[in-house]
Amino acid sequence: MNPELVGRDFPPTAPYLVGREKVREFARAVFATDPQHTDPDAARALGYADVVAPPTFAMVVQDLTLQQLLAEPGSGIVLERTVHAEQRFRYTRPIVAGDELTGRLQVTGIRPFGKGAMVTSEAEITDADGAHVVTATSVLLIGGEDQ
Amino acid sequence: MTALEIGAVIAERTVQLTRESLVRYAGASGDFNPIHYRDDVAARVGLPGVLAHGMLTMGLAVETIVPWLGDAGRIVEYGVRFTRPVVVDADAGAEVTVVAKVGAVDDDTARIDLTVTAAETTVLGKAQVRVRLGG
Repeated sequence: MNPELVGRDFPPTAPYLVGREKVREFARAVFATDPQHTDPDAARALGYADVVAPPTFAMVVQDLTLQQLLAEPGSGIVLERTVHAEQRFRYTRPIVAGDELTGRLQVTGIRPFGKGAMVTSEAEITDADGAHVVTATSVLLIGGEDQ
Repeated sequence: MTALEIGAVIAERTVQLTRESLVRYAGASGDFNPIHYRDDVAARVGLPGVLAHGMLTMGLAVETIVPWLGDAGRIVEYGVRFTRPVVVDADAGAEVTVVAKVGAVDDDTARIDLTVTAAETTVLGKAQVRVRLGG
């Protein structure tokens, strides 16, 4: 694991347009039963423009930022040997279908752990107006290669 | 949501996960790590079997309280530690049980503590949701 990744500012990800059917698909995948996730009228009754994404949907955008990290030459990260240790989301507002979201990754900490490393990263997710939506913080345990 | 009592159970449910659930979550989330659907890869990297995505467990756990909340926008913060993996057997699948209790209350927020278990083991640590009350 390259310790120089700490503090590096990665470029913002390409805008991700949140689709209504994607929200419905994700809601079904996490066994979400509340109609605000699938029925636009139920979401509008709560004051939202369209269906409300389940809270952990933010991971879809965070993942785009983590892929930047995985693609980093010499990052030393092998997906199969990566264990998700902790996850946190801090919300200003929920994600709603129609949002155009951008993620900006920062690696905030790397510390050795066994043969590998414990990597903390933060993805700040903002909307088309640049307003904060959610910050997603991950702690990944990156396993060392065998041999 | 008035007069929340510390320790009161506000929601609970059991979800039956199958390999199909994992493939569905992989597609919906874009997380195609093969340890979530290939026994050979899981075995090669020393896992006890094919595992549910931690984010699937985290996601279904918080959804347990959304009908009670009425509005997912009340959630201010949600964090978990992935302490034990959920092994999803090819035939039997896995049962994940979620119990949501009031952990703490202050003027305008409450902390909801989620106890999430599979195979009689707690799989998420410090699974806490901070929610906005009122208005």
